[in-house]
Amino acid sequence: MSKPTTTTSRITIGTISMYGALFFLALFFLMPAYMAIVTALKPPAEINLSTAWELPSKFHWSSFSDALSLLKSNIVSSVILTVCATTLSTVLGSLNGYVFSKWKFKGSEFIFTLFLFGMFIPYQVILIPLFQTLRAMNLYGGLPGLILAHVVYGLPITTLIFRNFYSQIPTALIESARLDGAGFFSVYTRIVFPLSIPGFVVTGLWQVTQVWNEFLWGICLTRHADNPITVGLAQLAGGQAVSWNLPMAGSIMAAAPVLLIYIFLGRYFIRGLLAGSVKE
Amino acid sequence: MREASRDRLKAFLTLLPSIILIGIFVYGFIGNTVWISMTDWGGDGALALEPTMNFVGLANYSDLFTGFLSSGFRQDLVNAVYYSIMLLVGAIGLGMFIAILLDQKPKGEDILRTIFLYPMALSFIVSGTIWRWLLAPQGGVNVLPTYVGLPPLTFQWTSSTKAILEFNWQNLIQIFLYIASFALILVGLWILKNNQKRAVKYWLGPGIIVGLIAWFGGGLFPEALFMEETHGFNLATLGIIMATIWQYSGYTMALYLAGFHGISQDLRDAAMLDGASNASYYRHVAIPMLKPITISAVIILSHISLKMFDLIFAMTGPDNAQTGHPALNMYMTTFRANDFARGAAIAIVLFMVAAMFIVPYVVSQYRQRTKG
Repeated sequence: MSKPTTTTSRITIGTISMYGALFFLALFFLMPAYMAIVTALKPPAEINLSTAWELPSKFHWSSFSDALSLLKSNIVSSVILTVCATTLSTVLGSLNGYVFSKWKFKGSEFIFTLFLFGMFIPYQVILIPLFQTLRAMNLYGGLPGLILAHVVYGLPITTLIFRNFYSQIPTALIESARLDGAGFFSVYTRIVFPLSIPGFVVTGLWQVTQVWNEFLWGICLTRHADNPITVGLAQLAGGQAVSWNLPMAGSIMAAAPVLLIYIFLGRYFIRGLLAGSVKE
Repeated sequence: MREASRDRLKAFLTLLPSIILIGIFVYGFIGNTVWISMTDWGGDGALALEPTMNFVGLANYSDLFTGFLSSGFRQDLVNAVYYSIMLLVGAIGLGMFIAILLDQKPKGEDILRTIFLYPMALSFIVSGTIWRWLLAPQGGVNVLPTYVGLPPLTFQWTSSTKAILEFNWQNLIQIFLYIASFALILVGLWILKNNQKRAVKYWLGPGIIVGLIAWFGGGLFPEALFMEETHGFNLATLGIIMATIWQYSGYTMALYLAGFHGISQDLRDAAMLDGASNASYYRHVAIPMLKPITISAVIILSHISLKMFDLIFAMTGPDNAQTGHPALNMYMTTFRANDFARGAAIAIVLFMVAAMFIVPYVVSQYRQRTKG
């Protein structure tokens, strides 16, 4: 890239050290994935500390089916939880973002700021009242309570992403529709919503990964029968005399859905990632 | 006109359910936790739907900071501070370094970016489980050197009982003054170049005075405890710090890479024409331009490290004394020991520390939005 004013040998050394650094960094980042896969594929008898890095003598796939049967009910809970919480928080976020970007009123920026603050609080600070409130509403222990928590505390980020997304829709477009007699909701359904598909993809994927990966509420607000996958995995791995092939197989299964999203729809995932910090 | 005002009403009514939910679940609940932290809710009958709660003022807080039996909490708090600092330095430094490397457009940039960012997609429970196995004392990372003919490492990643940078909690007030003095002087030196008078008057001067007071007046301050109690940087937390850096430097990399791509090629060419080397381009042009991104990264990473729960839970369990964190302590205190009032007080302490970063950040963003 740089101009050929410097001597070629310097460029070569620079390039070599750059690729060398990238190579070792890539190894460091891939190391845990390699370890998880290798350990999950070993028969329990072959797993020991000193040969942990070596490949299995032959692939032992049954750890995955064993882990699956142990985590099946957790996976079902997590799928229901993720689908419901993502749908609700995304739809609400879209409507909120529409109001905050196209129907600003006096104080709407201030209210938006109050929403944003909710994104940054350590959730420990609302945990006890949340626990009490869900108990009083008879929602403690099951999935509906957990869904409610994910929807409410998902609102700040979904609202933020949609607000930034909708601010790119030209106001002139909205104005001309209103001159044609379109009201608040018909502007949304006829103009804003059809343009929102990328916004829904970014927000939806972000919420799916957040809800699927969440642990604190899962462990504090659900009973054993409705524990999500992260809690199931923590219990599977938490025992002292664990044979490590099962937790590793379980980890791979718990990571698979979000990793697939990340690998195939990475561009949208990164946009969600950056939305929380980089201003448009 | 009637139509327009009705539409405006509809807009507000659409927003109203969310306003009510956020109002209750965020602000109402924070207020409720503040109240709970000033009661004695706990012990027998704590799990009743309407438990008995008596107002006790700030007793829970003074017990956390000066109580004889709360040294565990104090060590957790110290852990969280060191953890936050190490995570900030590590993840921002490594992320920036990788972003600069990828900004040179190496071959395979797409694949490399995917490799550096994939940990972000994982749950902390997944990464914690895997790292726990990687950091097992006689295996994993510790046996890696044997593959190149070196002796294995013997470091006890998550169970070491060694600590460095220790200090005596009795001298708490003095330590706070030193930190304040250090921060004032640092800011003073930073703005010294731009505004000498202001720097000396408002930052350097007060900083030196506070530092002198702490230095000479050390013996005069009341001691926070009646006995000596040392806390330090527990080396057992190094494993957790490493795992968190592994998981989050891809995030800072993505932030900086987006920033680097946003800098126009013209500006870069101009800097190069002026004879700037690649290194000085980043040092004097690119990184200073990305100060807002650095601020965002500091806010988000410190928020993450202050509420860190899942990763430590998965790596060392919820009640490991060496790697404790206030977030885990709050969980154990509240949901295992049923001491709700004390759990609420721990949560409020965490919240206050987090608010020191978040409130200025959110307020400045609000100012920018209403200005523009």
